[in-house]
Amino acid sequence: MTQMKIPVVRNILQANDRLADANRKVFDGAGIFAINLMSSPGAGKTSLLEKTIDALAGRIKMAVIEGDLQSDFDAERIQRKGVQAVQINTEGGCHLDGNMIQMALEALELRDVELLVIENVGNLVCPAEFNLGEHEKVMILSVTEGHDKPLKYPLMFQLCSALLINKIDLLPYTDCDIDVIRSSARQLNANQAIFEISCRTGDGLPEWLDWLEAKVRSSRGK
Amino acid sequence: MHEMAIAQSVLDIAKQEGYRHGLRRISMIRLQVGALAAVVPDSLKFCFEMLSRDTIAAGAVLQIESVPVVARCSACRELFEVENHVFLCPQCDEPALELVSGRELSLTSIEGETGDSNDADENPSGAQHSAGQ
Repeated sequence: MTQMKIPVVRNILQANDRLADANRKVFDGAGIFAINLMSSPGAGKTSLLEKTIDALAGRIKMAVIEGDLQSDFDAERIQRKGVQAVQINTEGGCHLDGNMIQMALEALELRDVELLVIENVGNLVCPAEFNLGEHEKVMILSVTEGHDKPLKYPLMFQLCSALLINKIDLLPYTDCDIDVIRSSARQLNANQAIFEISCRTGDGLPEWLDWLEAKVRSSRGK
Repeated sequence: MHEMAIAQSVLDIAKQEGYRHGLRRISMIRLQVGALAAVVPDSLKFCFEMLSRDTIAAGAVLQIESVPVVARCSACRELFEVENHVFLCPQCDEPALELVSGRELSLTSIEGETGDSNDADENPSGAQHSAGQ
């Protein structure tokens, strides 16, 4: 019996990263711009999606992958809008991974789809670690969650290229200071686009839609 | 609790490498975990302990080395260590161009025993050397 030390040096998430790369190839091959939409539970991911679908109807063809622990309420909400949606139930799992997306893609008719939105499980921690093959990570923070969140969940804020601060219509009823969110988000990721929105009143949505549409167009122009 | 998924991955890689190198038992697994990685070491260890039961890695120690967050400045291109989540260059106050380290989640080595238990009658380590001293 001999003791042996074996140098390995392997990325622990390589299995997921490989699947994410494969998904990315599918997106690029089909001319699809994909975003990974993340937030805590109840921040407004599905509401933002509904508003976005309405606004882009007739201009950009969308499809949606809905990630939830249980239920298919969200996919139903999206399908009612006339958009293809496939539900992934993680059965308690706290994040989507590359494999789940690969399986969900089989259930979607990708032809003509220009924008795929993957709505991740509501969680500001775990989804940040798992690439799905998306082109951009986008997150929502609602003002009722408080302005301390960027520094409490730094990885999520560091990785997202756009931050939507939702429910600004509720600002008068909270102690949330948007300037604090902006300055800590800038400190984590100075290149992040920040939009102050209310899915309820529609405030700020045009700026978000312009950003999104420009991203889709420039990705398809490549 | 994505630590469970990460622990499963650690176990899969360790077992794969262990079998490949003829280990009959894995006693130590060294990991590098970036300070920015959203991983709780205690939780990872707990998950690993549960998953590795009845495998060649049962009882293996997970030794986790933390890697500091280092970024490159978009203006002066110098490297700087990110402290308190400030991704701005301390010299120029310009944003980071790229993250150089801090997101690591890697398995760097495993240690264990090779051969079968019949080899146990080998000389205790060091016995031959001490004779010549």
